[in-house]
Amino acid sequence: MFDLLKLRIRHGKQAIPDIRKAKVMEAFRGFPIIDETRSWNGGVGCKEICPTGAIDVNPLRIDLGKCIFCGECEKFSDGAIKFSNQYRLGSSKRESLVIASSKIFEEFDNTAIEAKKEIHKLFGRSLKLRQVSAGGCNGCELELNAASNVNFDMGRFGIDFVASPRHADGVVITGPISSNMAPALKDAYNSISEPKIVIAVGACAISGGLFADSNQINRKFFDEVPVNLFIPGCPPHPFTFIHALLDFLGK
Amino acid sequence: MSWCEIKNLQSVPLDEIPQLEYSSLKTKIIEKISEGCRVVQFFGDKLKDCVALYIVLADDEQSKLFAASTLFSEGGSFESITPEVQSFHLFEREFYEQFGIKPVGHPWLKPARKGIAGISSEENQYEFFTMEGEEVHEVGVGPIHAGIIEPGHFRFSCHGEQIYHLEIELGFQHRGVEDLFLKNKNKPEFLLNLSESITGDTVIGHAGTFARAIESLGETDVSRKSIIIRTIASELERIGIHLGDLSALAGDVAYLTGNSSFGAMRTKIINSTMAICGSRFGHSLIAVGGVNYDINKELKENISQTLNKLEEDVELAAEVLFSSSSVLARFEKTGVVSFETAKEIGLVGPAARASGVALDVRTDHPYDGFTLFPVHKLTLKSGDVFARAYIRYVEIIQSIKIIRELLESPVEGELKKPSNDLLPKRFVVSMSEGWRGEIVHAGITDEEGQLKRYKIKDPSFNNWIAVALAVRNNGISDFPLCNKSFNLSYSGFDL
Repeated sequence: MFDLLKLRIRHGKQAIPDIRKAKVMEAFRGFPIIDETRSWNGGVGCKEICPTGAIDVNPLRIDLGKCIFCGECEKFSDGAIKFSNQYRLGSSKRESLVIASSKIFEEFDNTAIEAKKEIHKLFGRSLKLRQVSAGGCNGCELELNAASNVNFDMGRFGIDFVASPRHADGVVITGPISSNMAPALKDAYNSISEPKIVIAVGACAISGGLFADSNQINRKFFDEVPVNLFIPGCPPHPFTFIHALLDFLGK
Repeated sequence: MSWCEIKNLQSVPLDEIPQLEYSSLKTKIIEKISEGCRVVQFFGDKLKDCVALYIVLADDEQSKLFAASTLFSEGGSFESITPEVQSFHLFEREFYEQFGIKPVGHPWLKPARKGIAGISSEENQYEFFTMEGEEVHEVGVGPIHAGIIEPGHFRFSCHGEQIYHLEIELGFQHRGVEDLFLKNKNKPEFLLNLSESITGDTVIGHAGTFARAIESLGETDVSRKSIIIRTIASELERIGIHLGDLSALAGDVAYLTGNSSFGAMRTKIINSTMAICGSRFGHSLIAVGGVNYDINKELKENISQTLNKLEEDVELAAEVLFSSSSVLARFEKTGVVSFETAKEIGLVGPAARASGVALDVRTDHPYDGFTLFPVHKLTLKSGDVFARAYIRYVEIIQSIKIIRELLESPVEGELKKPSNDLLPKRFVVSMSEGWRGEIVHAGITDEEGQLKRYKIKDPSFNNWIAVALAVRNNGISDFPLCNKSFNLSYSGFDL
């Protein structure tokens, strides 16, 4: 009994008090800062080294929807690419995820996610999500679980993961969509009543990531179903996920 | 010579792997198994007009591996070893599925992974084991499960609440990982990232195993400093996941104090990994030839303070968790895997150690930092959920001590040494002890020194069958608890 009390006292308050003001440590690789004036050869070396083909040149740009934030390009860029620790990376438009030197973080942050009135009205007070892992490696899945843990406590905003698509307002997809999971994902999506939202989490879900060239994936789902929110990362930090949702809901 | 005797990470010319007639190979396999060896790899390689089968057995006491091979013509068959040695059962199914060479007499021949080409579509139909009788009913779960976890299909044959049989159909996560390794053989950075994503919860485990395999195939040297950093990262990974598992196990029996306190401890540990390399799961830390990130003095100090606090916290929380009668009532005698069963099916990792099978690659086939600091093997006997939970607690404490020792050891040398080209026509087996158990990668290079086969075995490959056996005669409501106590990977199995 005393041990239990001692444990409770030692545990204290673990929840991060103000998520909106929270910072992550310097080491974290988030929003890339691109300074093309410093690139000795236009970033060709970076393009070659990128494992997911996220980098293009003339002008030098990074597609956060493909980027796995491995940081390899940083080493070959002669200062042209630097990953900052800005973790707010979500976007409601796929094309906004392509970052060039002209786009600074503040601009991206202000424009990437459009908070729509109807979304706020529908889901602003309560958003229930069904997660489907379709070839996900368990990295994104662990971070999505962490978003609801004692530290991040996403439930305080009325956002929760639920067990049945019938109880959900939307689906959160991780993984490149393996062929064997494509039908099940479609079924889960169809089981959610309208209006519903689709959130693609991680490089694999957004672009196929490392598995884009595999013949064992089937991404037809995304041809048929529009995505409302893209959350980049490999895996995305729980802050990235929570912030994107709060912006999306206009909270 | 009927076997090529090698050690973990010792690359040998491919020609030195003896090629035997299958019938004599089978006799020799059974002979070795009866001497106490066990199978660690069993995989095919497509040659011009035939298929080569490579078999690697491990003698854990002597830290030796034995490799041999045999050739099959296409569409051939062989006499199954499974009726005599059960631990071959899934290896043979996988080999059949990938190359169409049929193990004749296999008692349970069906696809290892759902719907993957290789055998005819007719045989690719997955037939579930069924039971008939009054009041026997089936419960199907998945592929999509209730929580945020990976997909797989579970089919229970129950009598009332009691599970008679569970069959697990996997393969939903199949992403063609082994093919991608060969498709991208020219891009070493890509391969390293890919190895990190074999299963995203064992980033350091798989990336380290891959990096060591490639280093061995190219005789690339690594510094003492980098192997110490790698070993620290691998133990941080073990602690992080074990804490998460204890948290989830407590949550599964509705013991919320345990759930939240272990969960909060996990956050601190994975944040320590992030402080080293910028990723909570250790992405980008491991490189072929060393590591990409250093642990400087300040970081060392921080990690060691975090560990000191963690040790006190974890001991207190474990004391509370494991003395709570409501927890013990659910943990004890639930999901028992006996020592005999564990041996027979070839269980590995903490699950095996919880059933009294003393296997730990860190001790048996040491690599990286474990060649400098030996690890004492820890085992428990009861093989139930309690043992699989408790072994995690003792392993957390053990890993804290290992990291402390490593942090204090003097480090010299560079972070990363330049990696050499791979030697042509070589064979290597790279084993390591991930938090889930024994990871085994095997690599073969061609005449040009390029990867021509890369085989991956996650510990989940050995252990899924144990989940099916553990839940027999338990209540179906205890299934989530049993399943979590193994915490196996779907993507690591499905590849």
